[in-house]
Amino acid sequence: MSNSITEATATPYLTLRDLRVSYGSVEALHSINITVNQGEIVTILGANGAGKTTTLMSISGLLRPTHGEILFQGEALHTLPPHVIVQRGITQSPEGRRVFGTMSVLENLQLGAYTRKNADEAAKNLQWIFELFPRLEERASQLAGTLSGGEQQMLAIGRALMGCPRVLLLDEPSLGLAPILVQFIFDTIKAINKTGMTVILVEQNARAALKLADRGYVLEVGKVVLEDTAPNLLANPEVQNAYLGGQRD
Amino acid sequence: MEEFLQQLTNGLAVGGIYALIALGYTMVYGVLRLINFAHGDLFTLGAYLGFTLLASFGLSGVIGGLAGAGLLVLMALIFVGLVGVMLERAAYRPLRNSDRLSAVVSALGASIFLQNAMMLLYGARPQVYPVRLLPTASFMLMGVEIPFTRVLLFSSSLALMFLLFWFINRTRVGAAIRAVAIDQGAAKLVGIDVNRIISLVFLIGPALGGAAGVMVGLYYGQITHDMGLNYGLKAFIAAILGGIGNIPGAMLGGLLLGVIEALGTAYFAVGWKDAFAFLVLILILIVRPTGLLGERVADKI
Repeated sequence: MSNSITEATATPYLTLRDLRVSYGSVEALHSINITVNQGEIVTILGANGAGKTTTLMSISGLLRPTHGEILFQGEALHTLPPHVIVQRGITQSPEGRRVFGTMSVLENLQLGAYTRKNADEAAKNLQWIFELFPRLEERASQLAGTLSGGEQQMLAIGRALMGCPRVLLLDEPSLGLAPILVQFIFDTIKAINKTGMTVILVEQNARAALKLADRGYVLEVGKVVLEDTAPNLLANPEVQNAYLGGQRD
Repeated sequence: MEEFLQQLTNGLAVGGIYALIALGYTMVYGVLRLINFAHGDLFTLGAYLGFTLLASFGLSGVIGGLAGAGLLVLMALIFVGLVGVMLERAAYRPLRNSDRLSAVVSALGASIFLQNAMMLLYGARPQVYPVRLLPTASFMLMGVEIPFTRVLLFSSSLALMFLLFWFINRTRVGAAIRAVAIDQGAAKLVGIDVNRIISLVFLIGPALGGAAGVMVGLYYGQITHDMGLNYGLKAFIAAILGGIGNIPGAMLGGLLLGVIEALGTAYFAVGWKDAFAFLVLILILIVRPTGLLGERVADKI
């Protein structure tokens, strides 16, 4: 099944090949392979410690693989420093939001455009982000640390979008949010993807993520154990038992 | 009242120097969580650079007076700033991923190296600035005679502080410096070249320290190779008093410490001058360890 999908598109957009990543002497990713096509939403599922955040941090260049490679449009990413990876068009909204708490919402967003030289484009982009998240415009001059959890999540995503990415990495955007906000965030991700942006979504909320995504990968202790289209994964009994809380729907 | 005003202005002038040096400690601490123990010696380096330019190159003959003093400060800013960048490359960057203690030992080593290098070059005896570039005039303020140089010293340090404050709070790069201080990982994720920002901090901090060194040389006329120890320690206390890592805190802490010291020596005893600084340190560590303006972050999880 998975073969038919990869064959459907010509050249892979972003490829992680035989990727191994270690923290000191402990290997967190054991030769994982992930392929993302242009315009897709790909979700990475797994329990705590499965290596989801490690995968995203490796793509962003904050962690260096000990083996294997990461290719973006055929070019090596894994040898580049993080700020160059942002310039190439890959930005991340990290786990735990990590907004700059003692800076204003507007300053946080402007920092998101740090690598963008064109001020007009950045201003236009800011307008778009304010349309996606009107709450951020209302709170533009407020310190980011005083925002609610949901607002901070919007800010983290907005900040990542300010870099005009071609690939947006989202790490646990629904963590700790009220259900109504989760729905809003997921709808927004869909809207962002509709503009042609490729999205890699790491989630613990597997059901919501699979409903949104085109394809998914399931990680278990640093290995890819399953990869398939999102509808197939949703219907997969193993996935249902392990990540969707048993048979439902 | 006259005594009070005299000491207050004196304290503010010295406090301005403390504040300039304290900014270097606090900025480096902000981005690296490291106390740059060599910072006091970079201050001394600035003072000796001014001395060399005046004595050896006879710069005083070419440009006299205020303009010459300004030029001297500017040259110390640039030169000591560049030395700061080199120091970070040589002594701290190779240890970036080692444990904190290694970097501290390296900082102490750098301090000893700089201090002894200056002693070798200039000798252990105090050096006297060959010419007085600054006017010796004074004026009356509320019945108190205040030397013009004191006002000049205070206003110059204030001007440098405002310049820094503007840069940090109103420019794109200044925002990047603050971002790196808050969360290095998140700063990388928005595309900030963290190494470049750290280099920049090691340019600005030592530059301000070096400028302070020249200003002290011009104001007091006499410098020693180990004066960085005393000034450095005082400025370090000032940085802690204001809240280490906090830029307005370093400014406030420096001015406050200068005034406390001056008033303390005036109303108690001159011999206790250094004791006041340490008393301030002990009190602030007991009462408010985060410093006067120390982190009051409301980060929600």
